Amino acid sequence: MLNRFMQMRLRDLVILAVILFALPLFLNNPFYYDLATQMAIIAATVVGLNLLVGFAGQISLGHAGFFGLGAYFTGIMTSNYGWSSVPALVVGAILVGIIAWIVGRPILRLKGHYLSMATLAVGFIIAIILNNERALTGGPDGMPVPAFTVFGWELSPFGSYNLLGMELNGSEAWYLFAAVVLLVAVWLAQNLIDSPIGRALRSVHGSEVAARVVGVDTARYKSLVFVVSAIYASAMGSLYAHFQGFITPAVAGFDFSILFITMVVLGGMGSTMGVILGAVVLKLLPQVLADFQELETVMFGAILMLTMIFMPKGLLPTIQMAVGKRMKKKAGGQA
Amino acid sequence: MSALIEVKGLDKAFGGVHAVEGVSFSVEAGQVYSVIGPNGAGKTTLFNLISGLYTPTKGEIRLKGESTAKLEPNQLAERGMCRTFQQMQICMNMSAIENVMLGRHLKLRSNLFTTLFRLPSLLRDEKACRERAAELMEFVGCGDYLDTEASAMSYGALKRLEIARALAADPKVILLDEPAAGLNAVETAALEKLIRKIADQGTTVMLVEHDMKLVMGISDRLLVLNYGRVLAEGTPEEIRNNPDVIAAYLGG
Repeated sequence: MLNRFMQMRLRDLVILAVILFALPLFLNNPFYYDLATQMAIIAATVVGLNLLVGFAGQISLGHAGFFGLGAYFTGIMTSNYGWSSVPALVVGAILVGIIAWIVGRPILRLKGHYLSMATLAVGFIIAIILNNERALTGGPDGMPVPAFTVFGWELSPFGSYNLLGMELNGSEAWYLFAAVVLLVAVWLAQNLIDSPIGRALRSVHGSEVAARVVGVDTARYKSLVFVVSAIYASAMGSLYAHFQGFITPAVAGFDFSILFITMVVLGGMGSTMGVILGAVVLKLLPQVLADFQELETVMFGAILMLTMIFMPKGLLPTIQMAVGKRMKKKAGGQA
Repeated sequence: MSALIEVKGLDKAFGGVHAVEGVSFSVEAGQVYSVIGPNGAGKTTLFNLISGLYTPTKGEIRLKGESTAKLEPNQLAERGMCRTFQQMQICMNMSAIENVMLGRHLKLRSNLFTTLFRLPSLLRDEKACRERAAELMEFVGCGDYLDTEASAMSYGALKRLEIARALAADPKVILLDEPAAGLNAVETAALEKLIRKIADQGTTVMLVEHDMKLVMGISDRLLVLNYGRVLAEGTPEEIRNNPDVIAAYLGG
């Protein structure tokens, strides 16, 4: 028997897959493909961050730091040391996981504002290191990153590919790749949430006292989810570096961290599909408001505030609730 | 043979206030042991000390002969102690059955790998866990709420749900902090039956409760606290006839 949770998971995954694979019908030039690819990579990062923020109720204002570390580890190892992309991504993610564990153990004892400040500082430190280690990272000027390669096969935005008889240009191929990555990221996150580990994580958010008296080692689980979300960020940072072909320390910067958190809050904390929507909306917004570019940060701030005040549950859960209410009303009216 | 829970010279001070002072008693396995006393007598503080949420200022608590001084609440849970709260601690971000399944946390062997890839071993464990949780919800009388969100449940149902969660760990001793508070007469009668059923299964029950009828009816022994000190200890019969208790609490 499928329980309610499993039905929801399956429904979400199918809907997401349909949207992702139907989207190319509406994308008619490489610019849109590139935008959609960026969205998918960022969305997968935010899905990981949501495990920490939405489900375990902790916060990280420095997650771009982990994203940046992944991006730079990939950049340095593939361009300076000739590593292939997959080993660079995996080793980078493991190292970032270890760093997150070492940093997370002490700072996750903090709560609320103090935890925000500590994670903020972690992000800043990473960004400063990337800025200053010129010899390795190229400093503020950034560094080029070669194309993504697997077993000598290269995925470049400028290449052309043949998939099951379909001719694909580089942008289209990257988009499909990113779409599959996002689906896998969502599937893994859902598996984690609907499990003993997931319940322990959610109980840390729901009632930490209850969690402790039923035997949950809350400190251990907070560290675990911090590490998992950092690994998500690192892996996606690696892909982002390959896709962009050029990275600067801005990928680890404060603005990026705030963007991630805003996506989680806007989309809906604790809703995997919600935070993907949050990522899409916030990536799309600067395109729509291109004429007001200098006001972008102001907009993000305003969106964050308005969401907190008027939709504390976030965009998607609020829409779902409204739709659910209407359906009930309709059904009630007919009866 | 030593008692299941032994408390010796227990003291807890908050600043200058002695919430619990010089309290000693012991609970034998299989008993229903109740702690009563006027508001502010230190009953909940005593429970928080026993379940490891507070650290004693002085004195000692032993669980099956082992000192609990250095143990965290989750480590006490591993040793068979579980509890409910006067201010219910339900995870409102989960469904009812997930709350109970959380109670089985310590019984489940899972690691990140089996979890992330949903391997068959995990699915088997989860299925068994869900079945056991559903059984317990039936047992406490909220079998109709399996997949209801906890946030949508009534107060009385949540109180029973919290007991089911505590039972899910197969505890040796369960601490119930004012389980009848806020319940009506019918619900209280059902609760009394439930506590009896729990005790009949061999689980030791410690109870903090104001409802005298309930307490006198089901307890094997009682501890009466007043201003943090032990006023009396004994069987319901002894307590009922103790002049100090009558003066301080039962009010003649």
